[in-house]
Amino acid sequence: MNLFITLLAAVFVNNFIFSKFLGICPFLGVSKKVETAAGMGIAVIFVMTLASAATWLVHKFVLVSLGIEYMYNIAFILIIASLVQFVEMFIKKSSPSLYQALGVYLPLITTNCAVLGVTVTNMENGYGFLQSLVNGIGAAVGFALAIVLFAGVRERIASSPIPKPFQGFPIALITAGLMSIAFLGFSGML
Amino acid sequence: MNPIKIIKNGIIDENPTFVQVIGMCPTLAVTSSAKNGIGMGLSTAAVLMCSNFVISLIRKIIPDSVRIPCYIVVIATFVTVVQLLLKAFMPELDSALGVYIPLIVVNCIILARAEAFAGKNGPVASLFDGLGMGLGFTIALTLLGFVRELLGSGSIFGMAVLPANCKTLLMILPPGAFISLAFLMVAVNIIKDRPAKAKEETKSEVKEVKAEEKQEKEATK
Repeated sequence: MNLFITLLAAVFVNNFIFSKFLGICPFLGVSKKVETAAGMGIAVIFVMTLASAATWLVHKFVLVSLGIEYMYNIAFILIIASLVQFVEMFIKKSSPSLYQALGVYLPLITTNCAVLGVTVTNMENGYGFLQSLVNGIGAAVGFALAIVLFAGVRERIASSPIPKPFQGFPIALITAGLMSIAFLGFSGML
Repeated sequence: MNPIKIIKNGIIDENPTFVQVIGMCPTLAVTSSAKNGIGMGLSTAAVLMCSNFVISLIRKIIPDSVRIPCYIVVIATFVTVVQLLLKAFMPELDSALGVYIPLIVVNCIILARAEAFAGKNGPVASLFDGLGMGLGFTIALTLLGFVRELLGSGSIFGMAVLPANCKTLLMILPPGAFISLAFLMVAVNIIKDRPAKAKEETKSEVKEVKAEEKQEKEATK
């Protein structure tokens, strides 16, 4: 039950985009079409789940046992970068069609602050292995949900008459703000 | 290029927040008060200057194919230094900024400047580029923090200026961040379209933005 609450909280209440502002760059950058947004969302779910597990193990068995916890930032970013590289090579070999779909988004994920964000949050809250994993999955699903919904709205905006100073990023940010208000409604849920 | 030109380039011509639209996560996340905005901006500026300088020094030793991992390690090292310094000397700021301090590592501004400037220019020019970009980022964050703090908590740098019933909680909650930044960008766009009068109008534009934001909020209510 506890894990279920962690999952729900990560997806809706502490949504990474709308309440924690993590992963805003890909959120604004690759949300012009629903398909690309969905591709990015799936790639993030994949990497974030693996990263949560890998960084927990490294933190517990390497950093803590060597007494160098303060190095976590350098260690985590290297783990994420190599994980992304590894996932890319693995998918390329095992499933070329999935690689076709995710290919371009995978390298971008290294600098997606949502991934590093979730691993640091897991560590700072002292989550156990299972809870870290569930939190990682929940945060990633929340990211995917947000980016797909946002892309749907943006497709409509693209064909609307927008005043010139508002075109581009400003209108996208206002849209995100209004969606964020909607997500505030979830904060009373748990 | 002379240093003043490089700094001006970072603050105005290529302002990371308003022109390049990079480094959005900390911009939106920590600007619930002007003080947090300054703290985040200056921490990022410090990391940016150090990493630009070091990367520029070692740019000829690093093989081209592994430059990104090398850059990231240099950046992560300086972020760790800044984080430990903040923890030791400014614990309140450290707890206010929380997880966003370690996340400076993945702030796209820093990697973008390493790639676009420090990897191609000398150490001194890179240092000034870091300073300019860092200041541009700090100014943008402070401005956004100032607007949100004024409208959301009715105060300027912690001093109450508005009566209690004029506060709009929404502005310091997440949606306020998106909406205030959007209106600041609109103001910047309007200023850019009228370059001749640009400087005089900066102040009045900000006031206009605040008025617009109030209307927006009423509309959303």
